[in-house]
Amino acid sequence: MDSLFILLLFVLVLSIFLGFELINKVPSTLHTPLMSGANAISGITIVGALLSSGSESTFLTTILGTAAVFFATVNVVGGYLVTNRMLGMFKKK
Amino acid sequence: MSNFFQSDFFVDFAYICASILFIFGLRMLGNPERAQRGNLISSLGMLLAIAVTLLDQSIISYQFLSIALIAGAIVGASAATTVKMTTMPELVALFNGFGGIASLLVGSAEFLNFNALNFIALSAVSLTILIGGVTFSGSLLAFGKLSEILDGKPFLFFGQRIVLITFLLLGLALSAEIIIDTGILGISKLAILASLILVALILGILLTAPIGGADMPVIIALLNSYSGLAAASAGFVINNNVLIVAGSLVGASGVILTQIMCKAMNRSLTNVLFGGFGAPSKSSAGGSTEIQGEVKPINVADSYLILEAANSVLFVPGYGMAVSQAQHSVRELGELLEGNGCDVKYGIHPVAGRMPGHMNVLLAEANVSYDLLVEPDDVNPIMETVDVCVVIGANDVVNPDARENEGSPIYGMPVIEVDRAKTVFVLKRSMASGFAGIDNPLFLKENTRMLFGDAKESISTLVSEFKS
Repeated sequence: MDSLFILLLFVLVLSIFLGFELINKVPSTLHTPLMSGANAISGITIVGALLSSGSESTFLTTILGTAAVFFATVNVVGGYLVTNRMLGMFKKK
Repeated sequence: MSNFFQSDFFVDFAYICASILFIFGLRMLGNPERAQRGNLISSLGMLLAIAVTLLDQSIISYQFLSIALIAGAIVGASAATTVKMTTMPELVALFNGFGGIASLLVGSAEFLNFNALNFIALSAVSLTILIGGVTFSGSLLAFGKLSEILDGKPFLFFGQRIVLITFLLLGLALSAEIIIDTGILGISKLAILASLILVALILGILLTAPIGGADMPVIIALLNSYSGLAAASAGFVINNNVLIVAGSLVGASGVILTQIMCKAMNRSLTNVLFGGFGAPSKSSAGGSTEIQGEVKPINVADSYLILEAANSVLFVPGYGMAVSQAQHSVRELGELLEGNGCDVKYGIHPVAGRMPGHMNVLLAEANVSYDLLVEPDDVNPIMETVDVCVVIGANDVVNPDARENEGSPIYGMPVIEVDRAKTVFVLKRSMASGFAGIDNPLFLKENTRMLFGDAKESISTLVSEFKS
């Protein structure tokens, strides 16, 4: 096993535990915005998509990468905006 | 452009900063007062990650990706700003699916790009395609069910599990072929990739189809978790830390939400995934007893008199409130009752509606202060002191069978025990059973009055009675 993989695995394990700790106590009021906000974060795959799309190796991979950029952008932009819109309505009077 | 901004050090440093922003953002999403700021912080992290990536040296051509970025931003922004709050579950499901397909495409492109990927990268490619594909087709199917393009009921057929296991094994076999590359199948790399994608998409449909109705919040939360895991797995393909951190944070949060939803229904995840709850049961001969009793209807004028005299009122909304768009009228009635010196609360069951937190979003849209929204555990102990419970289009989450009838499919599920209040109004279109297709003895209880008709209309009429 190469050491880079071990390092990445280490990051994975710690992040999962961190995720459990972070989200553990969320009031049910916020379940929907939490979900859609988290969903927007999962659009981070856009980083990989940009690299695939722009590296111009073969025509097919450019097409696949470009499609990935499109879908990931919809996910990111739409996800953050819709979460923001929802949270703007949560008010205490 | 200076070389420093393209150096590994700078890029990695920026990715670490982005991860920190995600972590803070996600943390703040758990607090109503700071959630909006948290979302903004997390979006700054995303912006940073994207900006740094665009500077990367391996990106030679910006032509295609800028078109895709702009087109995606336009589509995402217009969908997000125009969607009605009642159709929010569909949109979240759709966005989720897009994240899944993006990860799948990234994995595929990397696989076709490099001939010499190592064992680990190839395993990650297979995993990314499997999870990404399941997320995509599963989310699309959930979207179809939620938007009622497709039948929302659970779809079950004979031998379902065998078919599922067959496809799962097929997926594993194709993954093994991608990783080891034995050439046994005698087909090209591209054909193997295409078959794996196809199998992943079919798996997503097989996993989502048996789930329907009141179980939708669980599958939505679970698919949310998958989209994160797909991104984390894509991180192993391109050896990128920020994908792994962000992806696993989302994966973990999705798992927690799924657990909360399962707990709120007193069922295990396996039971939700494979139980086919709510499907017409074939063997209901033993357990079910015909419910005896009389339905007592009430008209708006009489309910007004009771509400007018009430000191405390608890609204319990369900999916029916979303359907009839009654949330604004409900808020108006609530304010009038408060003006009348009455204590008004909203009892929200975690799985009411079709998405985790569905009711909270609708009531927030209607301007109901979130500190008036209470959970079952807060309100059940003081239920005897509540004068009137107004059940608006909710059924299973207020069903007394969950406590009283051991033969009921929802027995043991924590419910809002409205039948213990002094009076219960049930707003209902007609006497049809709820989404789960089970009878509700609440409708026949001594203290229950049925207010038939469209929920929005009934509430609006009550509002005008109060005003006159």
